[in-house]
Formats: sequence, C-alpha cells, structure tokens
Amino acid sequence: MTQPVLTRRGLLAATGATLALAGLPQRLMAATPSGVMVVAQIAEPKSLDPAADTAANDFRILVNLYDGLVRFKDGTLEVEPALAEKWDISEDGKEYTFHLRKGVKFHDGTDFDAEAVKFNFDRMLDDKSPYHDTGPFPLAFFFSSIDKTEAVDAQTVKFTLKEPYAPFLSNLATPTGEIVSPAAVKKYKKDYGRNPVGTGPYKFKEWKSNQRVVAERNDDYWDGKPGLKAVIFRPITDANTRTAEMLSGGVDLMTEVPPNALSQFKSDRYKMYEQVGPHVWFLILDCQKGPFKDKKVRQAANYAVNKEAICNNVLEGTASVANGPIAPAFSWAYDKDLDPYPYDPEKAKSLLKEAGVAEGTEITFYVTEGGSGMLDPVAMGTAIQADLAKVGLKAKIQTFEWNTFLGKVNPGLDKDQHADMAEMAWMTNDPDTLPYLTLRTAAWPEKGGFNSGYYSNPEVDKLLEEARTSTDQSKRADLYKKVAQIVHDDAPWVFVANWKQNAVSTDKVENFQLQPSFLLELAKVTKS
Amino acid sequence: MGRYILRRLISAIPVLLGITVIVFLIMAMIPGNPAQAILGAYATPDNVARINKSLGLDKPLWDRYFIWLWNMLHGDFGRSYSLNRPVIDEVMDRLSATAILAGVSWVVASLLGILAGVISAARQYGLADKLITFVVLIGISIPSFFLGMMMILFFAVRLQWLPASGMYEIYGGGGLGDLARHITMPAIALSVVATGVIARLSRSAMLEVLRQDYIRTARAKGVNERRVIMGHALRAAMVSVIPVLGLQAGFVLSGAVYIEIVFQWPGIGQMLVNAILQRDILLVQGGVVIVAALYVIFNILVDVAQSLLDPRIKT
Repeated sequence: MTQPVLTRRGLLAATGATLALAGLPQRLMAATPSGVMVVAQIAEPKSLDPAADTAANDFRILVNLYDGLVRFKDGTLEVEPALAEKWDISEDGKEYTFHLRKGVKFHDGTDFDAEAVKFNFDRMLDDKSPYHDTGPFPLAFFFSSIDKTEAVDAQTVKFTLKEPYAPFLSNLATPTGEIVSPAAVKKYKKDYGRNPVGTGPYKFKEWKSNQRVVAERNDDYWDGKPGLKAVIFRPITDANTRTAEMLSGGVDLMTEVPPNALSQFKSDRYKMYEQVGPHVWFLILDCQKGPFKDKKVRQAANYAVNKEAICNNVLEGTASVANGPIAPAFSWAYDKDLDPYPYDPEKAKSLLKEAGVAEGTEITFYVTEGGSGMLDPVAMGTAIQADLAKVGLKAKIQTFEWNTFLGKVNPGLDKDQHADMAEMAWMTNDPDTLPYLTLRTAAWPEKGGFNSGYYSNPEVDKLLEEARTSTDQSKRADLYKKVAQIVHDDAPWVFVANWKQNAVSTDKVENFQLQPSFLLELAKVTKS
Repeated sequence: MGRYILRRLISAIPVLLGITVIVFLIMAMIPGNPAQAILGAYATPDNVARINKSLGLDKPLWDRYFIWLWNMLHGDFGRSYSLNRPVIDEVMDRLSATAILAGVSWVVASLLGILAGVISAARQYGLADKLITFVVLIGISIPSFFLGMMMILFFAVRLQWLPASGMYEIYGGGGLGDLARHITMPAIALSVVATGVIARLSRSAMLEVLRQDYIRTARAKGVNERRVIMGHALRAAMVSVIPVLGLQAGFVLSGAVYIEIVFQWPGIGQMLVNAILQRDILLVQGGVVIVAALYVIFNILVDVAQSLLDPRIKT
C-alpha cells in the first residue's frame, strides 16, 4: 500500500517549514544600541508614583525619574543635599527648614518650588487634600511625625514635627520622599502612577504593560548630563528566564542574580557587582512561651546554627554572618567589635542541659517559600532544622506562601496556634526602623508592632526611644551599639545573615555601582 | 440550528454566575489580603485598616460581591490595585497576547495531532505508526515548562538562534517576523502535550472508523485509498475528535500559565499568577470571569461545529 501523494505533500510541507525557518533572521548580539541600557527587573512595577510604591523593585525605576529633597551619598547610607541645597534643624529637633535648589524644573516644564513640596506631603498625609484620593499611600507613615508643612517662600519649606524624630532625614531620602509634579497629579489624577513626572536624570517616555518601561535622558538635569540616552526596564519574573536573557544578550544589567547562577557569569564578557545592604535575616523566637522562654535555650539555638555554612554553601557567599539586629550597611551605627555567635554545638548542648530541655524536644518552625529579602528560605530552613537536630531540638517545619506566612507571623507567634520559631528578614533605610518596630515591648503585635516573639527588655525600650529623639548622629550611634550588645546577649532571635546584594552587567556597562540603599542609581552610568 | 445555539447560550448563564461566586469566595477565603501584600513587612493593624478602607475591603462580604457583580454587568470590572489601572484595560492587553500564543499552539497541535493520528492509523503497526506512537508518548510525558526551559538553554543561550523570552524585541521591535521568532519556542513547548493527546485520540478514532463496513465497501468499490482515508474515514472520525480539540483548547489556555511565566510572555496566565500572589482581588476575579466566558463561548462553538458534522447531535 504505497501512498506517493501523501509523501509528496509531506515533502512539500517539510520544505515549506524549512524555508520558513531559514527565513527567520538570525538574532543579533547586542540588539540594543550603545547608550541604551536594558535592565532586567524581577516584576512589573506597581506604579511609578513614589508615594504609592512599596517594593524595592519599583524603587529601582523611581530613583531614576525623581529626586527627593535629600539623597543617600554615593555608596553610603549617609544623607546629602539633592533638591534641597541645605537645611537647618531647630534646637529641639522639631523644625526642619529646607532651602531649595533654584531653577529646577519638572519634566513637564513646571517649576519645582516650595509649593510643590508642600503639595506632595499634603497629598500623602492630609486626608482633606483634594488629591489624597490618588493613593493609597502605604508608606505615608514614614512621615507621620510631620505635623505641618509650610511654604515659607518659593525657595524655602518648613516641616514642623509632632515630636523629635531622628530618622526623618533618611526617610526623606527614600523613594517615598521623592517629589512629583503637582501639575501632572492634577492632570492625571488616579492615573498619575502610569504617567509619572519628576525632576530626575531620566524622563519617563513609555510604559508598555508587562513588556517595558522606557525612560529617556533629561538633558537639563541639574546634577550634570546623565550618561545614558535611554534606560529600558524589563520585567522578567522567572529567575531562570532572567538569567537566560542575560546570557543570551537580551539584557545589559540584572540585579538579584540567583546564587546558583553566579558561576555562569564568571567570564570577561560580564562584570559582577556586590554591595552590602541594610538587611538582616533572622529567626524570631517566642520569648514568652515554650522552650525559648529561657534565655539559655535561645542562646543555645544561636550556637547550634552553623551560620557560616548557610552563608557560604546555601547562599554561595552572597551573604555574611549577622551579629545582631543592626546591619553592617549602617556603618556609623554598626558595632564592628560585636562577634557573631560562633558555631559551637557542644556549647549549645550544655546550655540546653543547664536549662533542663530534654533531648528530642519538639518545636514548631514556620518557614516561607519565598518573599521580599527572604533569600533562599526553604533551603535555609532545612539547614537550620538539621543543625538544631544535632543538638537535640526537633524542629517541625511548616511551610507557607509569603502572604499567608506574613498573615501567620505578623499577628504574633502565639496568636492562632503556637509556633516557637519563624523565619524573617527586613530591609530598612535607618538603623532605627528594625529594632523600633520589632524589639520594643510597645511593639508587641497587639499593640500594633512587629515584635512577633514578644521580646521585652525595659533597657532596650529606653535606649531606642532615646536614640530616636536625638539629632546627634554620634550619640545615636552609641545608643544603637548598646542596643545591639544587649539584644545579642538576650538572643530574642537567631541572628543568621546579612545579605550582600549582587548584580551582573555586560562588559559594555561603565561606572555602575550598587548602593547600600538598594536603589539603582543610573545617572552616571554609560554604555559603549 | 439557531434555537440550539440560543439554548446553549442561555445554559451558559448559570455557569458564569457560578464562576463569579466561586472565584469571589476563593479570593475571600485564601489567607493573606491585599493590604498585607501592599504593605509587606509594614502591615501593622493600623496600616492594614487604612488600606482596606481605601480599597473598600472593609465592607461586608456579600455587599462586596453584589457591588462587584453589579458593576461588572455594567461593564466596570474595577481597578487593579497592584497595577494601578482598570482591570479591563489590563485584561484586554493581555488577552491578545494569550490568544496569539494559545491560538497558534492550538492550531499547530490540532493539525499535527490529527495528521499524526491519521498516518498512524493508516499504517497501523507499521514503522510510521511505531515511530509516531513513541514520539507522542515522549511528548505527553515531558512537562511543558521543563521542555520550555531546556529549549531556552539550547536555542537561546547556547546557539543564540532565538530570543529567550518576551513577545517582541525590547528595542525597535515589532512586526510579524519579530513575533514569529519570539513565538516559535513557547508555541512548540505549549503544543507538545496537546499534540500528543490529539494524535492518540485521532488514531483510535480512525481505527474505529476504518473497521466499519462502509469503509470496506468503499475499498471494495476500488475507491483510491487516499480518498478512503481523507474523505470517508476522516470525516466520520472527526465527530469524536472535535470535542477533544475543544477540550485541548482549554488545556492549552491553562498550560499557557506556565509557558507564559517561563518565556515571560505578556499574557493573561502570567497576569493571573502575579495577581494571585499580590492578592489583587479584582484583577483575579475579572481575569477569571473573562477567560471563563471565552472558554464557554469557545465550547459552544465546538459543539455547534460538531452538530454540523453529525446531524444526530442536533436536538
């Protein structure tokens, strides 16, 4: 039964298909011209309105479109002038007067002045402002200490605070403090987030949903002509696909390179970057109930966990061992002389024995699948479980998706059902934020804070209040060092890791540097 | 025929209403909420209450359902908080991308699947049949997302023949050639399993028909074998193959979720996954309802096509 007709047809189809494939143009390497840089983002931005955004991923775009009154000095978390040339702080720490830079214009041509600053803060904080409904503004509480904002004259703006609040300046340097064009907000209202207008080094040009955000050079930028003709931010949610795009030449720069992909970029064609970040990864321990009620048991857990192995093996060197609640990125407030708990299972065992904890005691351990700043939580959780087992603590892991996890942990470890221990990580912009929100007695979950393990030490409470109201940085530094020492000894957490951010670019990218603030500053970057 | 279509359309209404209730309840029941997703680490009770109020989530459950349903009946699907734009705009943007990907995959799967099934059946136990059965088995067994990742590694990273992800070139892209280069890998990855399923079913449907008496009669009359297969047998076999094509359309649509994530295809599957992780209630609900409506309509079309082929079904 021969069927020449079918075969002939098949042949024809095959020939056609081959021709069609051959007709496809070969992919050209470096499809983007020089001066145009493609940045791989981990997700689509939520909005390009700095008052509405909360994610580090969105901040990476914002910082290139906008300026704040102040900004973080290159490579540090210290504040320097930006749209404000200088400022005065009153004796009592409650009045901040900013003297604004002259001649700065928004990308839509309107003037940047004191009225614009007032408009921005009223929009966020005053629910009577006609543009308050262009929110929600989730991080507005960064500025909730502001009592009122006044435009003294066109070039001077004065904030009066309800009480002295030392982190105010560094909060102004975060994207939440960036200044948007009032004219544009009035024009686009709720759609402002998709039509952003700032004063920054790059002007917004186009946002094609889930494909790209394009920003072009602002030739009139007050801080010198930006280095790139255009920047394209491209969301690629899957980490493997992101890596593949970097390897195949589809993007010029990617951040948050998965640790296991780093080795693929060890060649002359790529440049690798590394920078500390204001990040702490820790385990919350329930200090009021269960075995961790006893300080000795909490310390034992700190000795039992092999942090070096987690940082070097699980995270492939993308993190360093944490010594306490203050991240080393806050160089001025970080206590370099405070040694992390060494890995010492024998010591852990003897502490557990002293505390009368029986071999094989079961503890419940909440682990998340992944989340902002959580690094590789499942693998890390498993490693920790194994370490604890070696000293006789049997950790039962319960794994949750990120938002579910937060819903379990934030209300407190003893809220619905009891857990002894939970993973957690924070990234902040001021050394005050993390301990203030997570370690004070007044920050227990039912009082509206994040002290999910119910740690309480009146001395720590006092020191933190004092540090927050002092405007003298060296005095604040001493206070935070004291806090770190006490907390280190009390061990309400197992201090595990401080993440080192990483990035990789092609060799054509010049003058790029990661910032400890996690912001992606591209004003000075060039691409040949 | 008109009455048949009308009846099918009316019976779709309770289905769609049921879907609105289910998707609404699921979104209300899953742990975590939008305020928490927005605030992340800063989700204090005060902040959560503030966000809930501004999103209207402080209202009772049933109020929220009926407000949503009422607005939807008036064409207002609400606003996505995670993307800060109207749900309908986002869904329409995404729908075309998914339609192109799923459509191409479905057509490829249907044509290749039927062709393979027919050849297999015509040469039962022959070399072609064995070869096809073997390939089909492999195709059905490989998870499509894994195949997609392997294809990226080989064709995009190693050989650099095809772009690793996206729908158009990121800079200065556009046009059909650009689309063709971008769609090749995701469409293949997405159609492999469906092709296999369709091939298997076409083969057994064809074998069934080829055993019928009228085929023997046709052959005895001396009708050319090609006409027996393509004319007499295939048409009869299609009656049982077409519903499978309809089912596979649903399969391709749901498979698009993984493939869109692997290939960063800007389609609706990827949108829904992100929206669920962000607890973007209105976007998930709106997206699901629209996709469900399209799926229902598509199935009605398939049924109509089937009844055209086989008049016995039309009652």
